[in-house]
Amino acid sequence: MIRTAGEHGLLVETGSLELSHRLDAALRADRPAEVVEIVPGPETVLVLAPGADQGRLRARLADVVERERGKGGAVAAEGAAVTIPVVYDGADLDSVAALAGISVDEVISRHSGRELVVGWLGFAPGFAYLTGLDPVLEMPRLDTPRTSVPAGSVAVAGPYSAVYPTASPGGWRLLGRTSVRVWDVAADPPSLFRPGMRVRFEPA
Amino acid sequence: MIEVLAPGPYATVQDLGRPGFAHLGVPRSGAADARSLRLANRLVGNAEGLAGIELTLGMARLLFHDGAWVALAGAPLDTAAGMGAPFWVPSGAELRLGMPAWGLRTYLAVRGGIAVEPVLGSRSTDSLSGLGPEPLRAGTLLPVGPPEGEISVDLAPPPEPGPAVLRVTPGPRDDWFAPDALGVLCARPYTVSQDSNRVGVRLSGAELVRAKEGELPSEGMVTGAIQVPPSGQPIVFLADHPPTGGYPVIGVVREADLPVAAQLRPGDEVRFTARPGR
Repeated sequence: MIRTAGEHGLLVETGSLELSHRLDAALRADRPAEVVEIVPGPETVLVLAPGADQGRLRARLADVVERERGKGGAVAAEGAAVTIPVVYDGADLDSVAALAGISVDEVISRHSGRELVVGWLGFAPGFAYLTGLDPVLEMPRLDTPRTSVPAGSVAVAGPYSAVYPTASPGGWRLLGRTSVRVWDVAADPPSLFRPGMRVRFEPA
Repeated sequence: MIEVLAPGPYATVQDLGRPGFAHLGVPRSGAADARSLRLANRLVGNAEGLAGIELTLGMARLLFHDGAWVALAGAPLDTAAGMGAPFWVPSGAELRLGMPAWGLRTYLAVRGGIAVEPVLGSRSTDSLSGLGPEPLRAGTLLPVGPPEGEISVDLAPPPEPGPAVLRVTPGPRDDWFAPDALGVLCARPYTVSQDSNRVGVRLSGAELVRAKEGELPSEGMVTGAIQVPPSGQPIVFLADHPPTGGYPVIGVVREADLPVAAQLRPGDEVRFTARPGR
């Protein structure tokens, strides 16, 4: 289903993050005229196209969704996985281990032992929700968020992991830190993470 | 160079924002009332997208180190210079700006534009993410760009204040609400709350009741989206709204009415209408 989001927006329901990523990739590879934003979410893709013929765009999006849905199977992998070296010395490492009922070493091996996928970005520029976390590491947010979390902090909350792109307040549980800059306004693109990208953490 | 002696309650540099980065978590930002910024720029012969100053409730004092053509548009200020027409500020002069008679945001354009360093292609202060220049404070120095083009003398008297009406396109999540919720939204005026800012206009009034329980997965948000948190009290998203959100959007304010939304003051009343056309 394609929903109306104002005069210039169409919200395409994909029903899955995988299809959101495939639709996002397809639209970026062959961008319809007048499309200025393509915003994938866990079950939708918002397409913003001021001045476009909405009827025609709607039909085209429906076609692309149909085609991508038909492909099924694996996510269109975007190049090789990005490796993020992590110094696992975060303030919440012990409490995460205690809550999960495992050792600190096991927290580290479970966090770094599998490939995650960038779901979508939000909350702050460059803040990527990394999906596919080991379910054992699923944690509630802190009861009281920290007033400042340093840039480069590697954290978990709910079914997600993230790297804080800039210093900001935050309620996620800190496992460690990386020296990789995931956000740099002087770079093009400014964000290391893009929806659909595969990411692997590794102990530094 | 323009030196800020006093910024008033809140003032920022704004252009037309940084489109194209929403998927990286970057709000579009830009002038909340883009129509007024464009007008102010046209009045001094600038391209419409040059950066100007967005004043909130006026009350600023600016010292011009060099003479410059300036124009004001948006919320009409009580000022000797006047609104909606270009005027010359001589070198060394101080421009004192009063309170708007109505409305919230006034745009000051200077011939050549405010030439602070762009970030991701825009000179806008994004109040949500902190991208772009810091909000203005006493002592801020603002460089002015080189003039281009001609001033074609123009006059655009500010409009009279009318009843604030926001036309709404229903959706994308109107089906998450009780069947009469859009009717409830449009039945009686809402009052603009104190916590309104460049992210959104928070409203209080009739509660919009949900039909569907549970969480909406995070999804892309458009400017003008009327997002409804669990309180049932709507929020109209302005320029600095987050690119994605998790509360259902009952309708979207039409683009032509975004300047009306951007000029609402705390305490003002505003009505919605979902009828097609006017």
